[in-house]
Amino acid sequence: MSTTLFRTIQPNHFTLLTNALLRTRRTSRHISVRCQTSTTTQQSSSQQQQPRTSAPKNHGSNKLDEILKDYEAVIGIETHVQLSTSTKAFCSCPNSYGSHPNTSICPVCMGLPGALPVLSSKVVDFGVRLGLALNCSLSLKSKFDRKQYFYPDLPKGYQISQFDVPIASGGYVDVDIPLEFGGGHRRFGITRVHMEEDAGKLLHSDAGDYSQAMIVSKLDLVDLNRAGVPLLEIVSEPDIRSGVEAAEYGSEMQRIVRYLGVSNGNMQEGSLRCDVNISIRPIGQAEFGTKVEIKNLNAFSAMSRAIDYEITRQALLYNQGQADQIVTETRLWDEGAQKTVTMRKKEGLADYRYFPEPDLPEVIFTQEYVDSIRASLPELPEAKRRRYEAMGLGIQDVLFLANDVSVAEYFDEVIGKGADVKSAANWLMSDIAAYLKNEELSISDVKLTPQELAELIAAIKDETISGKIGKQILFELLAKGGTVQGMIKEKDLVQASSCYFPQNCITDPVEIEKMIMKVISESPKQLEQYRSGKTKLQGFFTGQVMKMSKGKANPALLNKILLEKLNAKD
Amino acid sequence: MLSTLQPPRSLTLLPFRRLHGSKTIASLASSSPTLDASSVSPPQSQILTTRRSLLSGETTASEIAKSYLSRIRLTEPQLKCFLHVSENVLKEAQEIDQRISRGEEVGPLAGVVIGVKDNICTEGMPSTAASRILEHYRPPFDATAVKKIKEMGGIVVGKTNMDEFGMGSTTEASAFQVTANPWDLTRVPGGSSGGSAAAVAANQCMVSLGSDTGGSVRQPASFCGVVGLKPTYGRVSRFGLMAYASSLDVIGCFGSTVADAGMLLHAVSGYDRFDSTSSKQDVPEFESQFLSMDSFESKPLKGVRVGLIRETLEEGVDSGVRSATQEAASHLEALGCLVTEVSLPSFSLGLPAYYVIASSESSSNLSRYDGVRYGNQVMADELNKLYDCSRGQGFGGEVKMRILMGTYALSAGYYDAYYKRAQQVRTLIRKDFKAALDHNDILISPAAPSAAYKIGEKKDDPLAMYAGDIMTVNVNLAGLPAIVLPCGLVEGGPSGLPVGLQMIGAAFDEETLLKVGHIFEQTLNGSGFVPPTLPNVA
Repeated sequence: MSTTLFRTIQPNHFTLLTNALLRTRRTSRHISVRCQTSTTTQQSSSQQQQPRTSAPKNHGSNKLDEILKDYEAVIGIETHVQLSTSTKAFCSCPNSYGSHPNTSICPVCMGLPGALPVLSSKVVDFGVRLGLALNCSLSLKSKFDRKQYFYPDLPKGYQISQFDVPIASGGYVDVDIPLEFGGGHRRFGITRVHMEEDAGKLLHSDAGDYSQAMIVSKLDLVDLNRAGVPLLEIVSEPDIRSGVEAAEYGSEMQRIVRYLGVSNGNMQEGSLRCDVNISIRPIGQAEFGTKVEIKNLNAFSAMSRAIDYEITRQALLYNQGQADQIVTETRLWDEGAQKTVTMRKKEGLADYRYFPEPDLPEVIFTQEYVDSIRASLPELPEAKRRRYEAMGLGIQDVLFLANDVSVAEYFDEVIGKGADVKSAANWLMSDIAAYLKNEELSISDVKLTPQELAELIAAIKDETISGKIGKQILFELLAKGGTVQGMIKEKDLVQASSCYFPQNCITDPVEIEKMIMKVISESPKQLEQYRSGKTKLQGFFTGQVMKMSKGKANPALLNKILLEKLNAKD
Repeated sequence: MLSTLQPPRSLTLLPFRRLHGSKTIASLASSSPTLDASSVSPPQSQILTTRRSLLSGETTASEIAKSYLSRIRLTEPQLKCFLHVSENVLKEAQEIDQRISRGEEVGPLAGVVIGVKDNICTEGMPSTAASRILEHYRPPFDATAVKKIKEMGGIVVGKTNMDEFGMGSTTEASAFQVTANPWDLTRVPGGSSGGSAAAVAANQCMVSLGSDTGGSVRQPASFCGVVGLKPTYGRVSRFGLMAYASSLDVIGCFGSTVADAGMLLHAVSGYDRFDSTSSKQDVPEFESQFLSMDSFESKPLKGVRVGLIRETLEEGVDSGVRSATQEAASHLEALGCLVTEVSLPSFSLGLPAYYVIASSESSSNLSRYDGVRYGNQVMADELNKLYDCSRGQGFGGEVKMRILMGTYALSAGYYDAYYKRAQQVRTLIRKDFKAALDHNDILISPAAPSAAYKIGEKKDDPLAMYAGDIMTVNVNLAGLPAIVLPCGLVEGGPSGLPVGLQMIGAAFDEETLLKVGHIFEQTLNGSGFVPPTLPNVA
């Protein structure tokens, strides 16, 4: 019951760069496990990049890879999404995260005698939205059931859930695997989506001031603020084969719920929780192996590492003829030790004695209702990605832009104002993203309007100002707002080289390209980093070329050619 | 004091009351109903009487309240109907008097003294469902039914005894006390709403609320000789009723007359947004049904089709009960009803199906009593021990048995054979009732196979006790409304024991039941079922 407490609400940061870093680390892990041709040097470099190696020790990577290539992992994920409804699912208590313990409770969610649940229609609404977004068939008539077990955080002794007739079933989700993990497109089946209520939380009495909490025993206290908060549980088909795929599946769920506005999808707050079911089998075998459940996965990177660890653990047991030691159990991911550890062994299946919830009528809605919700759905991540791709953006740009719904919306507005697609993408991915990260802001916090970013891009494109100047005023605009035109006038920033002293300017593309090629060939390390996603290194290259040209290279031309060269696939 | 309020109830047993014993079966039918009032005036609604006398200034709410409190003081040591008597009765009565003296309007239940079954939540007043596990528990809210009563001026006089969580048919399964039947103190009042029924019979309160999951209002009404009304499932909000079996539970009403039970039902009925199983069906104004006898025609129930359920008069039913029922049928015929026998082929399947469903739901509903948040907690250093001790010491034997049965019935591998099958039987029973009610306006049967039996008689024989529910459980499985009213007496006790007639109506047609019941009651020879054993407080 080690419940980590996050008492303060964590703002929804723009966390992509951090994610990218974690992914990089994960890849090398992935590659070192999977790639048969990995050499000793590659191994040591990958060891350096990720010192917290998660594979069980005592095996050379080569040997391990030999073993792993004979097995296939079968992974299914159960995702719990806490809905951002204003009230709890079955009472009118506010659904607020981070309140003082037991201040958001009433007779219904406390399970007092005589109290009855009444379903909030918003929960059904969100269930239908998510079901449609996951390409499921909706049950026009579903019902609630009681899932029964005793635990102090479960006030009624049962959880109101959906058992045999979920609100949505039989869908799928499409994801793009990032390039650094080999790229490609994957489709994972969705078994079902069902509505249920969350339980409360157990707190340890030494965890701070919990005078409001109810005493369970000498050691534990219960906080019921979360009890009765609506959840949607998404169960995937066992279509997932690796940690990377699992992480991408999870990320896509997070994107989808955020795009739909049904949840903040925040893993740290527990608004999005993934439990992984994993087994492995010799390649070619049809039957599934013994399934192990992994819990306590607080980040997608952790999920990826936990799965890769578990695959390795199980493969080694198989390989050593100890497959019988793989038992049905729940394992916890230990972030500190970077391994999974047994939490509890399951002796047979738990019997939850499901039966139809007699306090709630069946959930019945019409096809028209479903259609009206379908019509109100926003453009979803997959559709956005395909649209961006069709606009000519590279997959990395596409994935970046579509990852965060507010970034995507911002980007859409910028290009809606007629801005050049690639430039808009570049600004967002490099300087603006860096700014947001440093300032710990989200795109919605910045003062720069999409309109003005479009203006800025246009001003640089028609060479009214140089890229360098553009960057300077960008930061002012981000922090203070204002207009591009205003700022150019106010600071007299019109590009000197192009207007006043054209004779001083190097505008010959061939000459500029020569300098660029020289800089690139002298900086292989930076090039590799750039190509593996550290796109803000573009500034480094620009700087080098400018230095070489003694500041005379036409910035617009320089950047245009530089980008072509940097992004060239050779 | 009381005698001025309700004249018939101070009368002693009249010599012409017939006793239906196995040996001495007297025929009520032979003395065909006389529509002119005989020497005995028919029972009068205490709610209407109270309203009249308060508004006319004949008496005050305080006087009425005092007389009931003194009646309770006098009779409670023998009867033990109440687990708690409110400290606020006089204060609430005085407030009503003040309003009347200020010329302000008062609610339709103003001054009406009401008992409330202990499994119905009353704010700040102990509500324990007669269970140790909730000993001293005081809910922070009123059940919707209680809230409505209070809004209409009703005075909750106290909490009545019951079988723990409604599980039982004798009120002996209360964790705190055994209630006696006012007709014979050595007998049970029936159950599980035994306290509510006995309190009305003994005139400790005018009307009372009970709850009926498988007959818990109707069977004690029959045992105690009062009117018990079980409304259609969904008619009254269950919010604040401590759940026993959610799909069967209804709050029901007791009164000494059909009119009182009907008016109390009207007060507590209606859709409630806190209970999603409550119905949005309109609640008709029942009061217009309660005409005085003078206005009855010669055949006031002409054309009403009555089906006598054949299976309820078969083996296992006391002959006295059988004959009382047949005579009640004859009385209805004399009133103009068209009485025919109907068969409900699924009738005998109901009892086992009921016990599977009720136990299953209760095993789930009672999970919340875990000692963690409220109620009886036994501190332990280990979680399972905390559950074990809190529940082990908190629940009584009958409750534990039903939790075990229900847990078993819902277990994987048994679910289909028990719970699912019971639900199929339930569908069958609904269909049979529907068919019978398509051809009849009401169905009639005894309320129980026997009159009240001795305290302790069936305590160690749960199956015999369960079998006593055979007349009533099917009605809950079908969700239909039913009323039980006294129709005769059988031998037993110092002066006979009452027998109840059950009338079953179509869903949400309480109106017909109340109409037929009222006329039946007002025209029954020897009306006024007053238990003889209690000290007369006049």
